[in-house]
Amino acid sequence: METLRYLLSRFAQSLFALFCIISITFFLARLAPGGPFLNEKAIPEHLIEQMKRNYGFDKPLPEQYVLYLGRLLQGDLGPSLGNKGFTVNEVIAAGFPVSLALGICGLIIALFIGIPVGVFAAAKRNTTIDYALMTLAMLGICLPTFVIAPLLGEIFALKLGWFDVALWEDSSAWVLGAVTLGLYYSAYIARLTRGSMLDVLSQDYIRTARAKGVAPLKVLFKHAFRGGITPVVAFLGPALAGLIGGSFVVESVFGLPGLGQHFIKAATNRDYWLINGTVTVFAVLILVMNFLVDILQGWLDPRTRTMK
Amino acid sequence: MPRSPRHPTRQGQLTTLTLPGLRGWIIAALVVAGLTSCRRESKVDVATREKILLLGNGGEPKALDPHIVSSVGDSNILRATFEGLVTYHPENDMLHEPGVAERWEANADFSEWRFFLRKNAKWSNGDPVTSHDFVYSFNRILHPKMAGPYASMLYFLKNGEAYNQGKIDDFSQVGVKAINDFELLCTLESPAPYFPDVVKHTTWLPVHKGTIEKFGAMTDSYTEWQKPGNQVSNGAFVLTDWKINEHIKVRRNPHYWDAENVKPMGIDFYPIDNVFTEEKAFRNGLIHYTYTMPENLIGDYRERKNTPLHIETYNGSYFFRCNVTRAPMDNVDFRRALAYAINREVIVKYVTRGGQTPAYAFTPPSEDGYVPPQVLGFDPEKAREHLRKAGYESGAEVPEFTVILNTSEAHQSIAVAIQDMWKKTLGLENVRIENQEWKVFQQTTQDLKYDVSRAGWIGDYVDPNTFLGIWVTGDSNNYTGWSSPDYDRLLKESALISDPRARYSKLAEAESILLDELPVLPLYWYTRVYLLHPDVKNWHPLLLDNHPYKHIDLIPSAAAKGGTN
Repeated sequence: METLRYLLSRFAQSLFALFCIISITFFLARLAPGGPFLNEKAIPEHLIEQMKRNYGFDKPLPEQYVLYLGRLLQGDLGPSLGNKGFTVNEVIAAGFPVSLALGICGLIIALFIGIPVGVFAAAKRNTTIDYALMTLAMLGICLPTFVIAPLLGEIFALKLGWFDVALWEDSSAWVLGAVTLGLYYSAYIARLTRGSMLDVLSQDYIRTARAKGVAPLKVLFKHAFRGGITPVVAFLGPALAGLIGGSFVVESVFGLPGLGQHFIKAATNRDYWLINGTVTVFAVLILVMNFLVDILQGWLDPRTRTMK
Repeated sequence: MPRSPRHPTRQGQLTTLTLPGLRGWIIAALVVAGLTSCRRESKVDVATREKILLLGNGGEPKALDPHIVSSVGDSNILRATFEGLVTYHPENDMLHEPGVAERWEANADFSEWRFFLRKNAKWSNGDPVTSHDFVYSFNRILHPKMAGPYASMLYFLKNGEAYNQGKIDDFSQVGVKAINDFELLCTLESPAPYFPDVVKHTTWLPVHKGTIEKFGAMTDSYTEWQKPGNQVSNGAFVLTDWKINEHIKVRRNPHYWDAENVKPMGIDFYPIDNVFTEEKAFRNGLIHYTYTMPENLIGDYRERKNTPLHIETYNGSYFFRCNVTRAPMDNVDFRRALAYAINREVIVKYVTRGGQTPAYAFTPPSEDGYVPPQVLGFDPEKAREHLRKAGYESGAEVPEFTVILNTSEAHQSIAVAIQDMWKKTLGLENVRIENQEWKVFQQTTQDLKYDVSRAGWIGDYVDPNTFLGIWVTGDSNNYTGWSSPDYDRLLKESALISDPRARYSKLAEAESILLDELPVLPLYWYTRVYLLHPDVKNWHPLLLDNHPYKHIDLIPSAAAKGGTN
């Protein structure tokens, strides 16, 4: 009963947050100077007026806002102004599978590298190995993707010929994209894992286990791991949302048709409905992920359940 | 940061610890890599064999409807799928290729043009292309409700502008008429001897009435009609696939009247807007042609043997606009001082480095065509003299002014170089450079809220009119506040002259006024810089860069092996 009430209140909070995000985005986008119909070669004023009428931008802003919310409730994100002939739903639906594939592969790579490295470094605390690994991780965090991505492309595609350097269809360039994302997140995860593992390993119950003569590996994985992994799980939610939301840099460098580019292009094109659409989708993703992570965390760490 | 534990684990106990995940992934990665590297032929090799042209095309098109597009990349695709009355010649921009019209003739003063359409021109669904299709299309783009952003290209037609502005409702008053199914009469607002050049432009392409109205009203600008499977077109190719940010594919149109002479089986357009990615895709054998080229790699490619690098003259002018409505730019002598203090050779040689030509006038000169009066040389003495005439004893007295640019490294470097030249030659200490985001920049410029603003202008057709026309009083692209009754008069008079030489000299007279009063500071004339695979044949340098794709052939070349690496 307690859990259900907690979940319901979390759900209500999420809905309220979503409403705020949608509303703020709607008005912020309209505040930006310039507009969707501004062109390098001038468009006569009377035509701009007509374009505004065609898209309903001639109505008062509050009325547009209400109409927009109404459409949103029916799942209609509106027409894209930068991709004429496509709806925002279509634009997002086209980019989503690409970003999903990239994001999930990236996350798997990040977990498979990050967690073992973190555990290993914690186990080998304050040794050369630990320092070396953590230096590498720090490097991974500091090196921006716009350095790593072209580097991977230059080495593994152009020099060694293992992958294609760009494009999506019939191309292996997405592997390099996923690796770029994976490396970046694995560095975070490694540091996070190491830190929390160290915390756990210093707890009394670990000392007790050791004193009883439990094998070191068993201590590490059976006793310490479950507790040590909790902060990583908390990080997974926003990480996965961020990964699926797409990465502008990785998509741009490898020419991949994911969602990330739309965030940037929608803003520069003043494609109002696409700005609102991408932000809404991203917000929903983050809220859902955080919600799921909360549940998962409760299962991993009984303390969080009773605390709430 | 995690707190440091007080009871460290004992070392040495965990030496047997391995990283099974990592090892597994390395193996997996190697397997994947092994599989992909087994491919012997590159994508380009396969495409050449199958005669599919793979073209980089800049960004994602805004639309594939001839009546609502405005960018060069969008036009490149429409040129493959649609055909106008007259089309581009594969080798020479000054020549005309018959398109849907077999032949055409003008009356004595070039104000009435008759186009005789071929009887075998067909839409991709088999319907015949008739003069009624053109009347319908011109009505569509000019219709006020359609709000076609580039509709002003059709203001050449009598009453075209009035109809577009809603001043008249009756399209029959606009200067286009179907005499019969295969004869079209265009009556112009004012004479235009170069009219066949004009109708080659994307905006004059026909659309299929049945298809447009199957998916909405004539004036709906965002219906499903432009999607693959729905789109009916009359060009050498027809749209078969369109995935946003991924590719656009066109394949041969079996109903095209000249189908037997179409060389490629199809074209794949890739919207790669990262210039570095595009160059790498070319090096990797993924595309035959790059839309553009990163400046810093030009030198490198230039030095190679059999280089795939192409540098060609392009019909465009790069310049600064001056806002003549506010100080200090309102002073014509001051503008002259600025113009003569710029060393344009240095800019093209050391800053832009793409083989551009220093612009000593506004309109780019064309072979056997118009040659502008080229008067704007680098002359420090003259520059300083004009500065004194403008009432400044030294450059330090000049009030602060700002050059605005849209954010881009290339624009920035040019502006910094010029800022430095102004400082060295004129002693100007107070020139600021300000970056603005693209839309903000356009808004600032169009609202005349700037001092100096960076600009570029690409001609829509090969005639000086497309360059000089924008400086006429009240033209919507003027944005400088400048106006000259003499200039306006000369341009009007030039339109009535049928002999090209005499007309050019009238236009040169007008351009002299522009270059004397300098509401613009011309800097250089554009080049097209791109990479082209040696397999691509019959691709010739064109001033407008509008290649008619049906003539382009793909034949494997021996040099291809050396060219891609």
